[in-house]
Amino acid sequence: MVTSVTNLGRSGLYDWVVQRLTAVVLALYTLFLVGFLASSSDLQFAQWQGLFAQTWMKVFSLAALISICAHAWVGMWTISTDYLKNAGVRIVFQLVCAGFLFVYLVWGIDILWSV
Amino acid sequence: MLVSVYRYNPEKDSAPYMQDFEVTIPGGRDVMVLDVLALVKEQDTGLAYRRSCREGVCGSDGMNINGKNGLACITPISEATKGKMDKLVLRPLPGLPVIRDLVIDMSLFYKQYERIKPYLQNNTPAPAIERLQTPAEREKLDGLYECILCACCSTACPSFWWNPDKFVGPSGLLQAYRFLADSRDTSTAERLTDLSDPFSVFRCRGIMNCVNVCPKGLNPTRAIGHIRNMLLNQQI
Repeated sequence: MVTSVTNLGRSGLYDWVVQRLTAVVLALYTLFLVGFLASSSDLQFAQWQGLFAQTWMKVFSLAALISICAHAWVGMWTISTDYLKNAGVRIVFQLVCAGFLFVYLVWGIDILWSV
Repeated sequence: MLVSVYRYNPEKDSAPYMQDFEVTIPGGRDVMVLDVLALVKEQDTGLAYRRSCREGVCGSDGMNINGKNGLACITPISEATKGKMDKLVLRPLPGLPVIRDLVIDMSLFYKQYERIKPYLQNNTPAPAIERLQTPAEREKLDGLYECILCACCSTACPSFWWNPDKFVGPSGLLQAYRFLADSRDTSTAERLTDLSDPFSVFRCRGIMNCVNVCPKGLNPTRAIGHIRNMLLNQQI
């Protein structure tokens, strides 16, 4: 067995399942938003704000936000272990990715809760 | 016929290069690439390549023929040059170190094969004559046991190029599933645990280069899918 300390779940199966489940959440969220925009021909700020003010939409958006962070981490980690052969360069790249994703997550939660 | 061959002799050459040979095919027949190589070797006896059975059984002469991995002995020149000019470009299998000309160092490939423990493991007392299988159980091994370890698939796989020390590769995984699917093997759980890390199996991205090049017409991607399903069933 090959060991790794930087991947999301210490297990290839875990990462693989997370990648697929988060993809489903992201697909549903995207389809919902596209459907909402398509069905609201004369969209105004009040409707848009009203949508995101509802608790179920906050839950849905937060699920999508967490999903995209987990999905991106699995993907970027895979890219880094494929193409970056120098361990120093690889850990810096991974830290930058993790830093950005963490900032996006906290920032996203802050935006969602302020609506 | 123009034949362009990859040449590299580490004792003499500072870098690899392509060398062109003009070869006359006797009678203009549609011979195999290996026959063409024999004619090239008549012109330059220093050319190095592996070959043995010359009928697609031993798997020695895997090489990159006009951009596609295959066995020189069972690839007719008509197939190799299909849709292109009347030119044959022969390179070693990509992704592994070149020892000389078309001969590659397959140590990493064999290391991955060794890692999956390619032998039957059974901890129950041996029966008097042999361990029997039903025809249905035996049928599960079809499409798996035929692999001849020519390395055409693994060296066509980018995941194997980037991580040949960690990713088992399509050939090794086909063999891993051959033993996972065997009704006589009792080490299924241990075998699966050894494969559950992020590299051994899950580095496969399912691009199916392996299926495209396998000279025996096998399907490692399907076998990898079966291993994933077995891991899911075991660990969920």
